[in-house]
Amino acid sequence: MAEISTAAALWGAVAASGVYHGVNPGMGWPLAVSAALMDRSQGSLWRALAALAAGHLLAMAAILFPFSALMVLAQWHREIQTGAACLVIALGLYLLWNRRHPRFLARVPPSRLVLWSFLAAMAHGAGLMLVPIYLGICRTVETDAGHAAAGTLITGNAGIAALVALLHTAAMTAAGGVLAYGIYRWVGLKFLSRGWFNLDLVWALSLVLVGSISLLTLP
Amino acid sequence: MNLRPDPTFHATPRLAMEAPAETLAFTLMLSPDGSQPDGLAVVDVDPKSDSYGEIVHQLIMPNKGDEFHHFGWNACSSSLSPLSGHAFLERRYLIIPGIRSSRIYVVDVKEPRAAKIHKIIEPEEVFAKTGYSRPHTIHCGPEGIYVSTLGGGGEDGTDGPPGIFIMDCETFEILGRYEMDRGKQDKHYDFWWNLPRDYMVSSEWGLPPQFENGIVAEDLLSNKYGHSIHFWNLRQRKNVQTIDLGENHQMALEIRPAHDPSKDYGFCGVVVDTTNLQGAIFTWWQQADGSFEAKKTITIDPRPEKPENLPPLLQGFEAVPPLVTDIDLSLDDRFLYVACWGLGEMHQYDVSDPMNPKLAGKVEIGGIARNAKHPNGKDFAYGPQMVEISRDGKRVYWTNSLYSTWDDQFYPDAEGGQMVMANAGENGGLELDKDFYVEFPKGYRSHQIRLEGGDCSTDSFCYPSA
Repeated sequence: MAEISTAAALWGAVAASGVYHGVNPGMGWPLAVSAALMDRSQGSLWRALAALAAGHLLAMAAILFPFSALMVLAQWHREIQTGAACLVIALGLYLLWNRRHPRFLARVPPSRLVLWSFLAAMAHGAGLMLVPIYLGICRTVETDAGHAAAGTLITGNAGIAALVALLHTAAMTAAGGVLAYGIYRWVGLKFLSRGWFNLDLVWALSLVLVGSISLLTLP
Repeated sequence: MNLRPDPTFHATPRLAMEAPAETLAFTLMLSPDGSQPDGLAVVDVDPKSDSYGEIVHQLIMPNKGDEFHHFGWNACSSSLSPLSGHAFLERRYLIIPGIRSSRIYVVDVKEPRAAKIHKIIEPEEVFAKTGYSRPHTIHCGPEGIYVSTLGGGGEDGTDGPPGIFIMDCETFEILGRYEMDRGKQDKHYDFWWNLPRDYMVSSEWGLPPQFENGIVAEDLLSNKYGHSIHFWNLRQRKNVQTIDLGENHQMALEIRPAHDPSKDYGFCGVVVDTTNLQGAIFTWWQQADGSFEAKKTITIDPRPEKPENLPPLLQGFEAVPPLVTDIDLSLDDRFLYVACWGLGEMHQYDVSDPMNPKLAGKVEIGGIARNAKHPNGKDFAYGPQMVEISRDGKRVYWTNSLYSTWDDQFYPDAEGGQMVMANAGENGGLELDKDFYVEFPKGYRSHQIRLEGGDCSTDSFCYPSA
């Protein structure tokens, strides 16, 4: 019973972090509003959101799949989890110390939203934040299944990685999409300067928090 | 860093128009002979205030001979694009370059009435890090603060072409040159852009020997000043097209793109057509295939005048050229203001149809062999020059000096710095405000104006109004 609720909490965290990324204007939804207004077409809003989602999904996959491959080293799970947690904490501390935005992101042309979204997610460690959660989910599944064969484990872990990336990106896109459409259709862009909060500090702290929880809950 | 975007950042030009009106203006003061240090004047433009129309603070620089000309903010509404990642900058610092000294001042105006110097970048650093000299126009954009220059390297600024360099928008460190492929561009003046469409437009005045000691008549008559505008892929930093406006169109200066980024056109003012002394405005636009086109859409005729009334430079022509030295576009992209510094006129054109501008209003003040007085009865030296429009489009401010040595050639007997304001009618029409007249301290002339919270030539918008 405890295992199921842990799993549910972890999946919930995957979706919640997606919503958190999605509502942050810095992750791109205002670009979808801009696209729709520039082209005077609602279709452009959805196309831009799809591009942002694709870039974000790629960034999640690029981080999660290497970890899923590592999971084949079943006897090293604890070390891998510790290492991942430390990595996330280190990135959080780095972002706390260096509050400047990466300038290379400003070199990406506005027409290349997939690339921009990918780079923005990578630069802010959006994928890395999911790693401790993902590893936690793998462990709950593994305990359920007992000691399965290594081959099954790999495909199982890769499948979980794909699911985590998809669920997270879906939540992000839905949250950003609701905001973008609402602003475009009803609220107006005044919301942008009123409702945009500087989450840099919160973001860095949440990386540290996720890493720390992961370390503290190691078996 | 703020916790929320600076309240003076606006997503769209329309939102900027609806924001509270300016209560202060920042105007540059320059000592034409370099006998005093240049300065920044803070002018009260709040009609409800007791000190309305007065200079309420002066920040005098520690050096002489800078020659202030144009300046700009460290941050503007362009910060509201997620692409640049600078949403939480403060609009707090004015970047003021000296075009004679190549020194750059960063002035903190958080407390405008106690404005103070935050940082000074010495000329040697500008030369060493960019190979450019004589910094001029400031715009804040995707990669930080962009600064155009009028000179290349070397003593007289002709060692290599001038260009644009980028400064960090937080530390004000010079990062280096902007251009990766400048194509045919070999002179520089103004630049601006359309951020979502990712292009930049730049213009040409002349090289330093052509302006620093006064206008060179032979160069003008042999069409050696700039007459091209350049179109750039903004983020690739590449000149993609150069349009020659025709060599008789001497000195293509101010670039004013439509503020609404969904509109794909803009304007450029040309000082003088050497075939007929007309002033001209070109409309440029982007075509469906991405290439650019430009067409002359406004011409302003010279006024015949007896030679004995004219300065030596113009006596042979027996006419006063309009000398279109500055233009500015209202935030609704509806009215284009054109300063005719020679004639002594400020024109207001309705450019709702950018290919068919219509004269909607006009004010006469100053002028060569005219010296039209202000409605308050006082003199206005030179003619209307640097013009700035309030965000709401209702008030139009301007000053009178063009450039120290050129002032003396076109107006040999004049002296003094003034700033005036005209009220614009909702559907056109322009009338000088009799109660607003700022006289600058003795020995100072005045140049560009910046309005508190942004104005019509500072902010770049990332989202359309509609």
